[in-house]
Amino acid sequence: MAKHETPLLDQLETGPWPSFVTDLKREAESRAKNEKGIEYQIPQDVCEDLLGVLELSFKHGRTHWKHGGIVGVFGYGGGVIGRYCDQPEQFPGVAHFHTMRINQPGGKFYTTEYLKDLCDLWEFRGSGITNMHGSTGDIIFLGTTTPQLEEIFYELTHKYNQDLGGSGSNLRTPSDCIGSARCEYSCYDTQAICYTLTQEYQDELHRPAFPYKFKFKFDGCPNCCVASIARADISFIGTWRDDIRIDQEAVKAYVGQELKPNGGSHTGRDWGPFDIQKEVVDLCPTKCMKYENDKLAINNKECTRCMHCINVMPRALRIGNDRGCSLLVGAKAPILDGAQMGSLLVPFIKVEEPYDEIKEVIEAIWDWWMEEGKNRERLGELIKRQGFQKLLEMTNIKPVAQHVQEPRTNPYIFWKEDEVEGGFERDINEFRKYHQR
Amino acid sequence: MEYEEAKTKVVEELTKKQKTKSKFYFNDLSKILEMKPREAKKIVNKLVEEGVLEYWSSGSTSMYGLKGTGKQAGAEHEG
Ligand code: SF4
Ligand code: SF4
Repeated sequence: MAKHETPLLDQLETGPWPSFVTDLKREAESRAKNEKGIEYQIPQDVCEDLLGVLELSFKHGRTHWKHGGIVGVFGYGGGVIGRYCDQPEQFPGVAHFHTMRINQPGGKFYTTEYLKDLCDLWEFRGSGITNMHGSTGDIIFLGTTTPQLEEIFYELTHKYNQDLGGSGSNLRTPSDCIGSARCEYSCYDTQAICYTLTQEYQDELHRPAFPYKFKFKFDGCPNCCVASIARADISFIGTWRDDIRIDQEAVKAYVGQELKPNGGSHTGRDWGPFDIQKEVVDLCPTKCMKYENDKLAINNKECTRCMHCINVMPRALRIGNDRGCSLLVGAKAPILDGAQMGSLLVPFIKVEEPYDEIKEVIEAIWDWWMEEGKNRERLGELIKRQGFQKLLEMTNIKPVAQHVQEPRTNPYIFWKEDEVEGGFERDINEFRKYHQR
Repeated sequence: MEYEEAKTKVVEELTKKQKTKSKFYFNDLSKILEMKPREAKKIVNKLVEEGVLEYWSSGSTSMYGLKGTGKQAGAEHEG
C-alpha cells in the first residue's frame, strides 16, 4: 500500500499520455523492493514522500518547497540547487531534496554503459529520479541530501570523468545539436566549439559573477534543433555564404515521385503526388526559387537560408560549401518582459579553431553586460534598454544592412555627429542657396 | 587594492548591512570594492574559497553572503 493517499495525483494517470506520477510510483516500488540490495544513502521512501508533498501542494494550491539554498560543492557556485521541504515532519524523505545539474555530453551522445553508471550512482546516493534533459540541456538529478553532494561530485569527476553543469547567475551548460557527427546539414562542427568554449569558460560556468544566467547554444544549421534562436543569449547558427548546391537529376527524381520528399517522413497518410511548385517554390519565404522547363533555379542572393527547400528535397539540394555561422544575441524565455527571439549581430563568421574571433565577440559582450546589466537582467533586456546600437559599439561591430529588420524600425541605427563629414553644423547661407525658408 | 584590504572592506560593509540584508548580488560586491566586475571576481572567488563568503542560489539567480549568516543558515547547516 502506498505510504500516502494521492487521489489528485492518481487522476493525472488517467489521461492518454505517459504520466510522471506513474514513473514516480514505479521508482517508489522498486526502491521498496530493493531487489539489487542497494545500500540507499538517502531515505528509501523518498519517492513516496515526494508524491505525498505534491499531493498536499495540489490540495493547498501552494508549493511546499522553500526557495533556494546555500548548498553546493566546494569551489562551485552552480550545479547544485538547494531544495528544502517546508513540511519535513510529514515528509522526512524529502526534507532535503536538492537538484544536481550534470553537464550533458556533446550532442547528447552517450553509451548505455555511461547512462547505467549515472543511474546506478543516482539510485545509490540520490532519489533515482532524473530529468533527461533540462531545458538548458543538462542531465538533471532530482533529489538528494546535503551530505551526498560532495560524494556524488567526487564520483562523477573521478570515476566518470563528468562535470556538473551551470545554474544560477552563471554561464549555463553550453548545449549543441548532434552536428556534423551525424547530420549532413551541419555547417560547422558544433561539438568541437561547444566543448572548446565549455573548457575555456570553466570559471564563468562554475563561479557566478554575471547579473543573471547566460546561455550559449550551437545549432549546426538554421533548423535549430537546440532552439538556440529562441533561448540562447548567444546563438550560433550554422549557415553558408555561397550557393545551395543543386542536383537537377535528383530534382527530377523528386518531381517524378521516384524519391520521397522530406526524407520519407509524413508518409503515413496519402498527401497526393509531390508538387514541387506548391510544396517548395511557393513556400520559399523570399520567393527566390523557380521551377521551369524541368529545372530548378535559386536566386541565392535573396535566399535567407531558411532550410525549407533543403529539408523537403535533401537528395537534390545541399548546403553551400563556404560554411560558418551567424551569431544572434539576446533570446530568452518569457520570465520578464515576454519572450524574445535572438537579433542578428554577426551575419557570417568562420567557425575555425582556435575560435579567437568568436571569443572576442563573446568577451566584449560580457564586459558590457557585467558592467551595465542590472541584477537579474538578461542580455536581451539590456539590448532593449540601451539599444542595439550600443551593443554594436561595445563589440566594435559596424552596422550593416542585415542588422535592420526593415527601414525605420527596430533596430534603428542613428548617425553620430563625429561619423558625419563636417558634423551636424551647416553653413546656413550655403543651405539657403538651395532651400527657401 | 590588496587582498587583505579588500577583504576587510567587504566584511565591514556586509556586516553593516546585516540588519536588513544577508544576501547580496555580485554587483553589490563589485560596487563595494569599486572595481570592474572581472577584477572584483578574482577577489570574490578568493573570499569564497577562504570561507569568508558563501554562495546562495535560487537555481536561477546566485547571491553571496557572509558565511553562516542569514535566516536559512541555521536550518541548512545540518550537522
Ligand atoms: S540543427 Fe541542423 S545541423 Fe544540427 S542536427 Fe538539426 S538539422 Fe542537423
Ligand atoms: S533555403 Fe529557404 S529561402 Fe533559401 S531558397 Fe530554400 S526555401 Fe528559399
